[in-house]
Amino acid sequence: MTSSPDSTKISLWRDERFWKLAFQVITLAAVIIALLVLGTNLSRNMARQGIDFGFSFLENSSGFGVGESLLELQRQDPYIRVLATGLVNSLRAIAVAIVLTTVVGILAGVASFSDNWLVYKISRAYVGLIRNVPLLLQLFFWYFAVFSQAPSPEEQLNVFGLVMLSKRGLYLPGPSFTDSNWLGLVLLAIALLLGGLLWKLVSDVRKPHLGTPGLIKRIISGVAAAVVALAELWLIGSGLSYLINGTEEGFNLGYGAWLPVIAVAAVVLLLVWQWRTKAIVEQGSSGQTYLKGMWAIAAAIILMLVFGLGWQTPVAAEGGGASGGLRLSLEYAAAVTALVFYTGAFIAEIVRGGIQSVSKGQWEAARSLGLPSDMAMRLVVFPQALRVIIPPLNSEYMNLTKNSSLAFAIGYPDLYSVSNTTYNQTGRPVEVFIILIATYLILCLLISVSMNQLNNTVQLKER
Amino acid sequence: MTTATPEKVSKAPPKSPQSGPVEWLRENLFNSWFNGLLTVVVGVILIASAWGLISWAFTTAQWRVVPNNLGLFMTGLYPREMYWRMWALFGMVLTLSGVSWGVLTRSSAKLLTRSMLIILGVLVALIVVIPAVTGSEEGPGLLTPLSASILVALTAITVAAAFVGRAVTQKSPGLAQWLPLAWFLSYIAALWLLGGGLGIESVRSNDWGGLVLTLILAVTGIALCFPIGVTLALGRRSELPIVRWLSVAYIELVRGTPLIAILFMGQVMIPLFLPEGARPDRIIRAIIALTIFSSAYLAENVRAGLQAVPTGQTEASISLGLNKPLTVAFIVLPQALKTAIPAVVGQFISLFQDTTLLATLGLIELLGISNSVLANPSYLGRYMEVYLFIGVIYWFFCYAMSLGSRRIEEQLNTGH
Repeated sequence: MTSSPDSTKISLWRDERFWKLAFQVITLAAVIIALLVLGTNLSRNMARQGIDFGFSFLENSSGFGVGESLLELQRQDPYIRVLATGLVNSLRAIAVAIVLTTVVGILAGVASFSDNWLVYKISRAYVGLIRNVPLLLQLFFWYFAVFSQAPSPEEQLNVFGLVMLSKRGLYLPGPSFTDSNWLGLVLLAIALLLGGLLWKLVSDVRKPHLGTPGLIKRIISGVAAAVVALAELWLIGSGLSYLINGTEEGFNLGYGAWLPVIAVAAVVLLLVWQWRTKAIVEQGSSGQTYLKGMWAIAAAIILMLVFGLGWQTPVAAEGGGASGGLRLSLEYAAAVTALVFYTGAFIAEIVRGGIQSVSKGQWEAARSLGLPSDMAMRLVVFPQALRVIIPPLNSEYMNLTKNSSLAFAIGYPDLYSVSNTTYNQTGRPVEVFIILIATYLILCLLISVSMNQLNNTVQLKER
Repeated sequence: MTTATPEKVSKAPPKSPQSGPVEWLRENLFNSWFNGLLTVVVGVILIASAWGLISWAFTTAQWRVVPNNLGLFMTGLYPREMYWRMWALFGMVLTLSGVSWGVLTRSSAKLLTRSMLIILGVLVALIVVIPAVTGSEEGPGLLTPLSASILVALTAITVAAAFVGRAVTQKSPGLAQWLPLAWFLSYIAALWLLGGGLGIESVRSNDWGGLVLTLILAVTGIALCFPIGVTLALGRRSELPIVRWLSVAYIELVRGTPLIAILFMGQVMIPLFLPEGARPDRIIRAIIALTIFSSAYLAENVRAGLQAVPTGQTEASISLGLNKPLTVAFIVLPQALKTAIPAVVGQFISLFQDTTLLATLGLIELLGISNSVLANPSYLGRYMEVYLFIGVIYWFFCYAMSLGSRRIEEQLNTGH
């Protein structure tokens, strides 16, 4: 009954290992052959049209202007600069839209748990309506049917002297960033970073020491802390003086300018209040120093916002339009509005799913510990929901980034729009397409990396 | 001491279980001062905007743009004298839908449930009333009397087809499995009716347009991206490294690119990649681009479904003697697809919505033809009316799809 090794050997056709290898080789060969065929066709077609592949055309003078840009752009500037202008325009729309859509989405998502019937129904109707209508149609709707119906500059819409809307654009109150504003802000940002170091050094000094090494360590920390504290003082002092001195025109700007400042300050206070609650709940009486630090930061931020940025309201000019403040083109306003409301509906569903995923017991436990329902939502349920919310939120942000390219359809000069013009002028689809794809891939990658960082901080920390 | 005196337990009357409208209001809208305030503020805004919309719709709005161009919205530049082919196409789809409806409900007690009867009644009433109400001396209404009568006849045919389908499959249930084939054949017949040839006059694809083109693009895209997406998902989950890496590269590359860029590539670059002289029709190029894009997203949805299938299923299947391909085909994939239905249908819905992007590349699908209508000087500035009208159409189809997905989910739900 003994069998030779040969008879247990299965035939090649029944050997799984052979098939695994063969299958991969065949797949690879098919893909390579397909790419080769397409590549030869491409090079032959390009040769026939007299195009040789290369990016040197980017240095050529473009000769076309871009409707709106933050960068100074001349008609004779090279294509690379035109593309950079488009990219800046895209980023400007994406960044603002991401912030606003998060607010809208979270509000709508939380509203679907409201015990107010009307609010609940509105939230559901918003999601059901917006998600089932194409984004491009909504974009056209906002641009042609809403923003383009704005009155002529002579009879512009004026809301309390704060917001003005006419065919020429949408004017909002905004900070007048001067160079010294920027310098001051940068100095204060460095001060904030150093503050963290100072905090650590001071707490090192206050640690009970063990033996000589501990003592030496304390002395070194103390000296370092003193140096850092001096630097800190200088940074804050000169930063504030730059901020305040740079903007004497920012001071006497009528009462209108104070409204947005008060609104922002109120939001900041609310946030600090929330951190305070969290510190009390999590750290109890040991969090006292933490609390004081927070108050100091809050006060500094409010002072900076109020005095530092040189707030300006738009001042209606003779014959329409306005000067000062922040001017948004109608294209930009329509693109951001459409992106915000469209993506917001998807985020609302993500938030709703996230909150639903938190078990009911958490809610009940929080309530039975005596937390009122808003605190239970804020401190117990929502932080846990974040774990479920953040990963899909990441892909919604990426969708928003990619969808922002649709703004070209209403004439907003974003990256896709200027790429399209570049292609039309140079007749180089392949190169332009490679630049376009690479840029969006990098943008999506950046969003993905930063959202993953955020995700790591909210994930369950198992002990 | 464990019993309390009755007086202390409750002196107030028990809460009445039946709640009147006042009770309902108090409970749902005014249960705290904050909610009361919220209700008042939101209510005022809501009523103001609803009032604004209604007064706009009945005074300022000029709805003539919709009925005057209904043919354009539905079929684009399709020659008027060949509209009968569109009607035939519509009738064929409706008949087949009726048969499918009858077949799918063959095991339920009644074909015409009460809600279905109500829907049908409202539909017929609308079809009969609309020509009378919307027609005026300025032009025909939303429906001419002729189209209204055709629509009523088609509704009747649909219901009749449902009864026939139900009766036939109750007698011989085996026939039900031929339904997908019938749908496939009807798709080919639809293309034939649309494009002509083989005995009827041919219509250039440049004249295809409107809702018909949107639906053709969406249906073809869905049909093509599904198998490719499933293959890519399996490839990404495969244990063979080369297959896995190729799938990952494709999926991630496409998912990082805006659809408009891919559609642009489809229109401009596909001819460059093909041998000299080969220049596929631009509708075909559009479908290729849509498929390239959607299959990557679909692959991710299906992958999520694959991940949800426990490993025990695969192990059990292998130990029963099934080989890998059979395990995937008969054990893993059916369970994975069932889990993935909501996400997959969501992807189909966004593919349907994505067809609008082709309007920016010169195709006159529903949004494209609307922009052409709006460019007509006689309808200058009628943006609101036109966009609301086609918005309703898009909403209807998307909502119907998500409703359908929920139905399928319920039917396939074997959980306890």
